[in-house]
Amino acid sequence: MRDLYARFGGGLATVFLSLVLIWLAAMVLAPNLMMIDYALRPNLPPAELGGPRDVWSLDNVLYLANEGVHRAIFLKTIWASALVAALTLVVCYPIAFWMAQRATPGQLSIALMLVIIPFFINEVLRTLAWFILLAYRGPLNAVLQGIGLIDAPIRWQGDGGVLAGMVYAYILFMLLPIYNAIESLDKSQLEAARDLGSPTWRTHWRVVIPHAKAGIATGCVFTFMLAAGSYVAPALLGSPGSRWFTEIIYNWFFEGGDWNRGAAYALTLLVLCLAVVLVTLRVFRVNLTDVAK
Amino acid sequence: MSHSVELDGIGMSFGATRAVSDVSFTVQPGEFFSILGPSGCGKTTILRMIAGFLEPTEGRVLIGNRDMRGLGPNQRPTAMIFQSLALFPLMPVWENIAFGLEARGVGRAERRKRADELLRLIALEGYGDRMPGELSGGQRQRVAIARALAVEPGVLLLDEPLSALDLKLRQHMRAELRALQKRTGVTFIYITHDQSEALAMSDRVAVMSAGLLQQVATPRELYDNPATPFVARFVGETNAVAGRISAIGDGMARVDTALGPLHGRAQGAVAIGQAATLYVRPEALVPGVGANTLRARVDRMDFEGAFALVHGQFPDGAALTAAVPSTRLGDAPAPGTDASFFFAPEHAVVLADA
Repeated sequence: MRDLYARFGGGLATVFLSLVLIWLAAMVLAPNLMMIDYALRPNLPPAELGGPRDVWSLDNVLYLANEGVHRAIFLKTIWASALVAALTLVVCYPIAFWMAQRATPGQLSIALMLVIIPFFINEVLRTLAWFILLAYRGPLNAVLQGIGLIDAPIRWQGDGGVLAGMVYAYILFMLLPIYNAIESLDKSQLEAARDLGSPTWRTHWRVVIPHAKAGIATGCVFTFMLAAGSYVAPALLGSPGSRWFTEIIYNWFFEGGDWNRGAAYALTLLVLCLAVVLVTLRVFRVNLTDVAK
Repeated sequence: MSHSVELDGIGMSFGATRAVSDVSFTVQPGEFFSILGPSGCGKTTILRMIAGFLEPTEGRVLIGNRDMRGLGPNQRPTAMIFQSLALFPLMPVWENIAFGLEARGVGRAERRKRADELLRLIALEGYGDRMPGELSGGQRQRVAIARALAVEPGVLLLDEPLSALDLKLRQHMRAELRALQKRTGVTFIYITHDQSEALAMSDRVAVMSAGLLQQVATPRELYDNPATPFVARFVGETNAVAGRISAIGDGMARVDTALGPLHGRAQGAVAIGQAATLYVRPEALVPGVGANTLRARVDRMDFEGAFALVHGQFPDGAALTAAVPSTRLGDAPAPGTDASFFFAPEHAVVLADA
C-alpha cells in the first residue's frame, strides 16, 4: 500500500484504494451478506415480511439435509467436481510437462495457440459444440459406428457427457498453472535424476511433481470450484439422471420462486467448496498465497 | 571399481553445425583426466556423449572396453556432476545422496546408512537432514559429488563444477577433488575452460579447439612442448614471434624474424623456408642481452606478488610479456624505456604456422 502511495501520490492512490474497497463492499461483500440473510429467513408471502414468523433459522439448510434427492445430488456434485479436477489433471499434466520441458519454442507457441484459441469462444457455444458432437445421431457415434467399434449408437449425454464437457472447458485453468510451475524446473535436475538411474515415473514422482505442487494444487482448486459452480455443461450435456446441484439452485430461484431456499442451497455449496479447497491445500501443504500467484 | 574410457573417432553434428570432429583418446582406469578448451570448443558435447545424453553421429564410445552405443545415461557406469550441480532442492541432503540407490530399489535403512557413510567421506557428517538450500556453495559441491559417488560409478564426469565458486574456495575444492579422486580411485573426466585448474589437478589433459582435439598430454608436457600453435597460446601465457625457418639441426631451429634470428626447439614437422612462430614463456625471459635477444618498448609493469609482469610492445606492434621474479625486481626495466630480454634456446619452442 505504501508502494501505491509512493508511485501515484496521495490523491490518485486514495482514489484507487477507494475504488477497490467500493468494489469489494458492493460487489462481493454486500451480495454475500444478503444471500446469507436470505438463506436464514423463511420464504413468506409479502404480507408476513417483518412479522413474527420472519426470524432467522437454519430451516432452509436443514431442508437440504433431510431431502434425500437433493442431498444425493449435492454430494454427487461435490465428488463429480473432484473427479473433473482429477481427470483434467491427468489430461493436462503430460501436456504441461511436454510444453514446459520438451517442446521447441515453435512447438510451444503452436500448442499454446491450440489451447487458448478455443477460449476466445463463449463457454455456452463451446459446450454446444460438445452437445452436437455427442448427440445420439451425432458425428462421434457416426465415426465409431463407421469404423465398426460399436454396433448401435451410444447415448453419451448424461454423466459421461457432463464430465467430458467440463474437462474440456477447464483445461486452460489446469494447464497454465502446471505449465508455469514445471517451466521453472531446471532441466539438469531431470538429467541428473536420469543419470542416477531413475526411471521416468520416479523422476516425475520425486522431482517434477514436488516442484510443481503449487501449480497442481492451484489448477485443481480452480477446476474444482468452476466445476462445482458450473451450470451450462450439466444443463446442455446432462440428462435427467445426471442433474447438477447448480440446476437445483436455479430451480428454487426461478421455478420454485423460493429465493430463501435457493440462497441456502447456494450458501451450502459455497461453504463446502471452500472447505474442500482449504483441506486440499492443507493436505498438499500449499499456501493460499501460492495459489493467488 | 574404475573403468577406462575410450573415444574412437567420435564426431557430433547438430544439423549443419559440426560440434566435434574425429576425436580419439583413451582415459586409463583411475586417471584424473581433463578436457580443456574455450567455451564452444565441443568439450561439453564430448562429456554428454560419454554420459549418454547424446549419441555420437560418428565413432564409438567404449567404457570399460564395452561399446556404449544405444545405452542411455541410466544404463552406463558413469555418474555426472552438473555445472549447476542439479541438487534436488526439495529433498534433504541425505535423500539427495541416496537418490541413485532409491532408484535401484535399495531399502530406506540401507540408503540412510550409505548416505551417512558418504557424508563422512566428504566431511559433512550430521548434515544429512538439512536441505540443500541451507548449505554453502562448497558444501553443496561436495554433496553433489557424494550423490554421484553413491551409485559407485566406474567413471565420474564433471562439467565445470567449480565455476560457480569464488577463487579461494575454488582452489580449496581443487585440492579436495584431487584427494577424493585418489582416495576413491574412480576415473575422473573433468571439463574446464580454466587452464590453471586443468594443469593443477590432472594426470593428463586433452586440449580442444573448435571441435578438434589439439593435444593429449601431461600438464608439464603441454606447457613445455605444445604440439600446435593453439596449445602454445591457450595453455599458459606466451610470447609469439613470427618469422621463417632458416636452419634446422639437432632438434633446434633458427627462425628469422623482424627482431633478428632467434633459436628454439623445433616441435613437430618443420622445414627450412616454412613460415613458423617462436613461442617463449614470460618466465623464460631475462632482462639483459644474450644469444636470443628481444627488444621491446616497456609500457607498464604489474606487480603480482611473487613476480612482476612487464608488458611491452615489439616494434611491429605485437605484445610482449615478461615475468620478473620479485627477488630480481632491481633488474626490471622502467616503463617508458626500450629494453632487451634474452632467453635460452631450450626454453623456446618453434612451431610451423597452421
